[in-house]
Amino acid sequence: MSFEERGSEKAGMVYRTVTEVRGPLLIVEGVRGAKYNEVVEVKLPDGSEIIGTVLDTYSDKAIIQVFGRTEGLGLEVAVRFTGDVMRIPLSDDLLGRVFNGSFKPLDGLPDPIGVERREIFFSVINPAAREPPSEFIQTGISVIDGMNSLVRGQKLPIFSESGLPHNLMAAQIARQSTILGEGEEFAVVFCAMGIRHEEYEFFRREFERTGALDRSVMILNLADDPVIERIIAPRIALTIAEYLAFDLDMHILTILTNMTHYCESLRSLSIAREEVPSRKGYPSYMYSDLATIYERAGKIKGKKGSITLMPILTMPGGDITHPIPDLTGYITEGQLIVSRELHLKGIYPPINPLPSLSRLMKDGVGAGKTREDHMEVSSQLYMAYAEGVKARSLARIIGELGLSERERRYLRFADEFEKRFINQGVYENRSIERTLEIAWDLLSMLPEEELIRISEEHIKKYHRKYRLQAR
Amino acid sequence: MEKIGEIKRINGSLIIAEGLKGVKIGDIAYVGDLKLIGEVVRISGREVALQCYEDTSGLRPGEHVISTGTPLVAELGPGLIGGIFDGLERSELELWKKAGPFIKKGYRVIPLNREKKWYFKPGVKPGDRVVEGDIVGVVRESKVVEHRVLVPVGINGVVENIEEGEFRVDEPVAEVRLPNGVKREIKLMQTWPVRIPRPYKERLPLAQPLFTGQRVIDTFFPIAKGGTAAIPGGFGTGKTITLHSIAKWSDADIVIYVGCGERGNEMADILTHFPELEDPRTGEKLIERAIFIANVSNLPVSAREASIYMGITIAEYYRDQGYDVGIIVDSTSRWAEALRDLSGRLEELPAEEGYPAYLAERIAEFYERAGRVVTLGSGRRIGSVTIMGAVSPPGGDFSEPVTSTTMRFVGALWALDTELAFRRHFPAINWLRSFSRYVDVLREFWERYDPNWFRLREEALRLLEESSRLEEIARVIGEKALPDEQRLILLVSEILKEGFLVQSAFHEVDRYCPPEKQVRMLRAIMEFYRRASELIKLGVPVERIRGLKNLVELLRLKEKKGLEEIDEAEKRLIEEMEELKAEYSR
Ligand SMILES: Nc1ncnc2c1ncn2[C@@H]1O[C@H](COP(=O)(O)OP(=O)(O)O)[C@@H](O)[C@H]1O
Ligand SMILES: [Mg+2]
Repeated sequence: MSFEERGSEKAGMVYRTVTEVRGPLLIVEGVRGAKYNEVVEVKLPDGSEIIGTVLDTYSDKAIIQVFGRTEGLGLEVAVRFTGDVMRIPLSDDLLGRVFNGSFKPLDGLPDPIGVERREIFFSVINPAAREPPSEFIQTGISVIDGMNSLVRGQKLPIFSESGLPHNLMAAQIARQSTILGEGEEFAVVFCAMGIRHEEYEFFRREFERTGALDRSVMILNLADDPVIERIIAPRIALTIAEYLAFDLDMHILTILTNMTHYCESLRSLSIAREEVPSRKGYPSYMYSDLATIYERAGKIKGKKGSITLMPILTMPGGDITHPIPDLTGYITEGQLIVSRELHLKGIYPPINPLPSLSRLMKDGVGAGKTREDHMEVSSQLYMAYAEGVKARSLARIIGELGLSERERRYLRFADEFEKRFINQGVYENRSIERTLEIAWDLLSMLPEEELIRISEEHIKKYHRKYRLQAR
Repeated sequence: MEKIGEIKRINGSLIIAEGLKGVKIGDIAYVGDLKLIGEVVRISGREVALQCYEDTSGLRPGEHVISTGTPLVAELGPGLIGGIFDGLERSELELWKKAGPFIKKGYRVIPLNREKKWYFKPGVKPGDRVVEGDIVGVVRESKVVEHRVLVPVGINGVVENIEEGEFRVDEPVAEVRLPNGVKREIKLMQTWPVRIPRPYKERLPLAQPLFTGQRVIDTFFPIAKGGTAAIPGGFGTGKTITLHSIAKWSDADIVIYVGCGERGNEMADILTHFPELEDPRTGEKLIERAIFIANVSNLPVSAREASIYMGITIAEYYRDQGYDVGIIVDSTSRWAEALRDLSGRLEELPAEEGYPAYLAERIAEFYERAGRVVTLGSGRRIGSVTIMGAVSPPGGDFSEPVTSTTMRFVGALWALDTELAFRRHFPAINWLRSFSRYVDVLREFWERYDPNWFRLREEALRLLEESSRLEEIARVIGEKALPDEQRLILLVSEILKEGFLVQSAFHEVDRYCPPEKQVRMLRAIMEFYRRASELIKLGVPVERIRGLKNLVELLRLKEKKGLEEIDEAEKRLIEEMEELKAEYSR
């Protein structure tokens, strides 16, 4: 067990006074002054061990929540109090390793020995010490780079639905992401929560193939692993990410998948605690809880490294107002929305740009970073595509013939935009120049006067008409 | 008056202690060996419940609780401007210096710097009679803020002595002899309990706009100095950016920005830009008039609750010096959630959505602290506090308790619209769902720029409403099937939206639009409508009007720097329209 000081026998009063077991909760009587959030080890009669923490502590009893398998839990367990909050050992030896959601090695190698042990739950960057993220990451995917640019240190989730290619997209992003003018690659901290073996194998093979595996750390809680363990898995992942980024100056891409399973665990725990539920049975503190995970991304003034965070979640019923995507969107710096409609049309990556957003794009693009017209082109694409989609739904009612000439033009634009701009290959890695070039080709389908989100100067410089004239 | 008790139970931020005799609700206590800050929230028999403002991990029953006997207070004095504080007014810059970039628990830092010396210039002499709220002298706090040192509330008497020179905030600069002979020192700083509104002499009717430089707000849904506004919207609809724009460009003397339970990077962003951006009025950097309170989302939830009271108390303090203060809270929903969290832990009976029954009361009390007042002190010094708060409805549903309650108590509502945000129509303020109760009050201000302002505004709003109705119809039968007068309305409303309402917060010129330009732009668009209607009557097809070469000028008015440029652009368009008119009058 890696959470407490091995060998230091002093830590650890053992109690066999469990009086109640309720799901993942244990009530231990006669405990004098357990620390709030203290780690405990619970030993089952069959010799297996699971860990837990103190959830509520009284002068003479403690309520424990365990993170492992709850089958076999009974009154005859032994509970050892470690006297410390949950910590993990950290060192650069962690690179290339695979652990389960309780930080036990899954790769056959020994328990890691750290140069330092850090608390996994409470870690808050002082807002005054934050460096606003501003380095453009070229993912090679037009709809991201052109319209929802990602920057280093951003937290940008993928909102998807089951059956859609979000894993393919995440892997493509991890594979292709580079900083313009800088060769440096990301190291990946990958945290699986409740995903299927097959999905994990996909990511593993991907990282193996690209050589990222040696520079990555995997924390795995798969579909058949203990549900409550998902509460600690992402915190272990982010504690490692923080160490690699802010102690070892590395640039870390952290992928958390699937956050929907995380939230469901949180809900199970809340129900076991008999708390007053909020929307759809999820606990009222879910916003704050998610914030303690997502907000660990970022950059720090005076430090070289960064944590870029890409959580993946599936929207239950495809509903973006469901508490899981809703609260996530309230915390993250934008969202990429995977659309079933585009997917069914055969468009890859099926990201619908309209509800997608990158809040930090403005700091990462423009003159000296990508190109001076980038932000305006993006805004114009948004406007034109929205017009096109509107025309398309109108056409469904009244037929294309009922459309005005202008509406028909926008409808054509939307079709072409989906086919040529959004759509691209899984292995197609487009430069930002290429992305903007396609964008201008498409915008040239529209009358010049309609390009009002773009300055006249940039129209003169980049519009196809003027470029052709100049030749 | 310290009292020591013992922790009996710890449940998250809630601490139950025993042995604290004679404590009062609201008393601050130090909890445990780390001396975490807590506040007494309930007393029942021997048991005292405390809300702890810091992470309680590692705390154990049996550790001590020491009551200070005083409520949570704000330190008020020079040194606030340009600072960034947490909800308990600990300087985050100091914390960073002392403890490194990650927040450490139980760290004490005093809000106001005790080392720094300020040059104090007296405004009264020995022998002068002073009353509470009088200004005894001034300190230059920043390039634009003159800090007026006030006689604390409760002190009335005769100045015994007063000195000019360099002082630390906690050194006496003057002494006042009370009628009973007792002498009281006056320092550059004073304290005030944050949950109690600071007193004033008299409330005044609102009379001036808080000018924000954002067209949709100033022209259509204005806010008055001393008023209140809420900006509700789902995530990504533009609450924060709009509030940042107001923090940057509004004509408040002092801006207090409270980041309550929101993103750390947004605070970092504002902290990066304020020292660089220039205030269009003073020409000095925006940081010279701003104070930040950052209790971000991953900091302990309980301290969010304190943060907005901290902010409003500081706002009132500068109001009392005679300033117009704007306070911005992003987001009040996170504060309400902190209330809910505590209420749940106290096992109070929940009302709607788990919020406590006193939610509405608390929201109302908070917004009541806005206002334009005659301050304490001799003479008629006038100051104001304007409150603007974001509301973050779950699922974007405005009927939820915090949004619906807030809407009842504010004077202006800037309702954000997801559809508009999707098409990058920003600010995504929906013109049908928003309101302002201040329009009539502010009419006079605007009519100085254009005597027809009121009529223009009404017409424009009516046109927007009408076009929404027509769009509904067009959605069924197609725009082409509408008569030309109606298609013209659609065209003009499009121009109003793109050319007037849309305003990018990041456009070098357009991010701030002065009042004379707002009026001029509106006039140009409405004049176009008037002339175009005439053309339609003459039988000019609407397609010809849409095809006017210079029409695009109307959409680009916002990029123009001066009014002359707008005049010229309008002239070109009118000439073209005249030609069209001539063609059809023949
Ligand atoms: N006035 C504006 N001008 C340009 N872009 C805006 C404006 N308001 C909002 N945005 C865009 O919308 C995004 C979300 O805005 P934000 O204020 O962060 O939303 P919220 O606080 O409601 O979640 C921003 O990142 C920006 O891209
Ligand atoms: Mg916001």
